[in-house]
Amino acid sequence: MLVGILDLEMGNLRSVFNAFYTLGYEVEIIKDIAQFDHISHLVIPGVGSYHKAVYHLDGKNFRSPIRKFAERGKPLLGICLGMHLLSEYGEEGGRNQGLGLIGGYVTKLASTPNFPIPHVGWNTIKFREHHPVFEGVKYGIDCYFVHSYHFVCDNQKYIYGTTDYGKEFVSIIVGKNVIGFQFHPEKSQSNGLKLLENFCNWDGVC
Amino acid sequence: MLKKRIIPVQLLINNRLVKTIKFGNYRDVGNPVTSSKIYSASDADELIFLNINRDYRTVEQLLTLIEKVSEVCFMPLSLGGGIKTLKDAEQLLKNGADKIVVNSASYRDRTIISQIADRFGTQAVIVSIDTKLNESTKEYQLYSNCGRQLEDISLEQHVKESIEKGAGEIFINSIDRDGTMTGYDIDLIKKVFEYSSVPVIACGGAGNFGHMKDVFLQTGVSALACGSLFNFGDNNPIRAKAFLSNYGLPFKVI
Repeated sequence: MLVGILDLEMGNLRSVFNAFYTLGYEVEIIKDIAQFDHISHLVIPGVGSYHKAVYHLDGKNFRSPIRKFAERGKPLLGICLGMHLLSEYGEEGGRNQGLGLIGGYVTKLASTPNFPIPHVGWNTIKFREHHPVFEGVKYGIDCYFVHSYHFVCDNQKYIYGTTDYGKEFVSIIVGKNVIGFQFHPEKSQSNGLKLLENFCNWDGVC
Repeated sequence: MLKKRIIPVQLLINNRLVKTIKFGNYRDVGNPVTSSKIYSASDADELIFLNINRDYRTVEQLLTLIEKVSEVCFMPLSLGGGIKTLKDAEQLLKNGADKIVVNSASYRDRTIISQIADRFGTQAVIVSIDTKLNESTKEYQLYSNCGRQLEDISLEQHVKESIEKGAGEIFINSIDRDGTMTGYDIDLIKKVFEYSSVPVIACGGAGNFGHMKDVFLQTGVSALACGSLFNFGDNNPIRAKAFLSNYGLPFKVI
């Protein structure tokens, strides 16, 4: 097996790379569409804005190989902005079309006096459904979040985990072989690494 | 529920870990990569590294460090000290940093904050503010360049303008309390919390866990940072959280 990490030139690839490397998996950075042929798992990481990510997605012609990868039933993980890109569209920096792998859109978190935006820090993950990627991870653990936008699913069936910040938002989504985390597993110490390890051991079947 | 954070601050000179008292008289307290591994194992929520070399300060020093630390610590890492340009920030963020701490440069040209925020998001910029209380006027005065240069701007104005430009968090440090281990300056922290619409990290003066409790219970800060408390003595974030949890303060569940 080989984990591919998509390079959208959006910040911190290195931490994601280091996490998989430390877990002992073979991992490479995907800079070219030819690399999609030999990877078994795809990770779309990202910190930054939706519209800039879409710009790089198009500029590097990544849309079609990602779609084909997902259609073949292989495991695909989106982290933070990478999770957002799985949506149909995002509202950050104007309306931009996403990958459309999971039904829904991305909009700004509502700001209230006691809940400043960005939402930064450790917050609780409430698993709603069981999933092979959650194996051995306790209910109610905290993971590290840092974001201003969130995913709104158009169907409850995609929601596998939620988190409260002023009000409840979706922190884990699953659609067949595609999974998305709003938090950063690569920054969430042992629980985060466990989730990444489980992802590597997942065959894409729920 | 969002949790309170405990953040060890690691001061660096030539990539050795040091600790100062009132921004002077530093002592060598170890190797930052080794100490980071220990902090990670002892449940710290985040790590902040500040390069305080006064004479020769380059981003390369921080780059060498972040590459090593990000291989062993899977937690949020913030770096600062001598960040002057977007390119400095970009290099660090590409190599494992999650946030950039800006201090002196924000007084010269506030657009450094917006440049980093536009490119990497507001969450990637922490504006750090060093202050001293002027005993005669009872006003807090701001200092740049590791506490050497007095700045002609009020605390309130600097906090508000920094946030307007895109600061995602404010890191407030008391020069008077630095390394004294006599407790945080709660009046200062209350003021900054009142001015700030973004999360506040308070630093300077922690000498025991009771000092941390006082700030958390009396102000709304999101995070407390400390150096000496963890550098000296058998204290670590696990013990701090065990103590603070008795007062109903929420910390991350692992």
